[in-house]
Amino acid sequence: MISVDNLKQMLLVIPPIFILLGLLDVWVPRETMLKLMGKDSGLIGITIAFVLGAASAGPLYAAFPIAGVLMKKGSRLFNVLIFIGAWSTTKIPLLLFEASTMGWRFMFTRLIIDIFVIVLIAYITEKIITIRERKMIYQNIEKL
Amino acid sequence: MYTIGLYCVVCTVLLISYTKDKTKTMIALKKAWKSFENILPQFLSIIIIIGIVLAILSPDEISALIGQQSGWLGIFVAAIIGSITLIPGFVTFPLAAALLKSGAGFMQIVVFISTSMMVGVVTAPVEIQYFGRKVTYIRNLLALLFSFIVAAIIGVILI
Repeated sequence: MISVDNLKQMLLVIPPIFILLGLLDVWVPRETMLKLMGKDSGLIGITIAFVLGAASAGPLYAAFPIAGVLMKKGSRLFNVLIFIGAWSTTKIPLLLFEASTMGWRFMFTRLIIDIFVIVLIAYITEKIITIRERKMIYQNIEKL
Repeated sequence: MYTIGLYCVVCTVLLISYTKDKTKTMIALKKAWKSFENILPQFLSIIIIIGIVLAILSPDEISALIGQQSGWLGIFVAAIIGSITLIPGFVTFPLAAALLKSGAGFMQIVVFISTSMMVGVVTAPVEIQYFGRKVTYIRNLLALLFSFIVAAIIGVILI
């Protein structure tokens, strides 16, 4: 079950993710990110965020640094939260595994409900965060 | 398996980046190291906490706690366990299926699955580092709340 092996796997996964992030940081200009996932990106931003989350693999805490870079480049908080939500519940490799262990009906039911839940959580969280708090979050990200 | 794939992808991308622009690539690596250093204390504390949690909550213990539980207490216990533990996804589902087979309540299991995926008490330090306290608390609390709702809905639809 959960063992030292899992721990080792975690430690192995972290370096390449950070390298990818470094590359992302350096190669994707802020303007592009703003256009794709910024405040006015609308449905495109949401879709990209969702696809990024769903196409991923790995534990949730690996998503946080990636979310950090997305925000650093100007992505809208809502989209980043969608990304986190999609990562945590709709990872495609994991969905396939879920279907095989718990059944397709279970997987699809949970998936559809979760999509609504993800959007709701992202929406409510964004609404509760004040503009000043949001500024602080983004400022803090710059320092990382 | 996933790890090998990840390293292949990263090596390929790194190589492409290096041939396109050596300076940029070196900056990227420096940035990667700097962000890693920044987050290292939190990651270390997570690993330590995981070690402790693993020592305390063996799979047998989990079975004992929500295996035969029923009713609201079992659901709450399942939610708490799911929120605290850091179980890889590929372990969560076989575990859930096994628990169901040995008599765990359906809603308890769904809550367990939902919370273990979305709520991260152990990963909170890292999350706070990136999103700040308020976002972390709100997101996790909402995820917890919605886990119950999801369990209720699935319970109605699938039973």
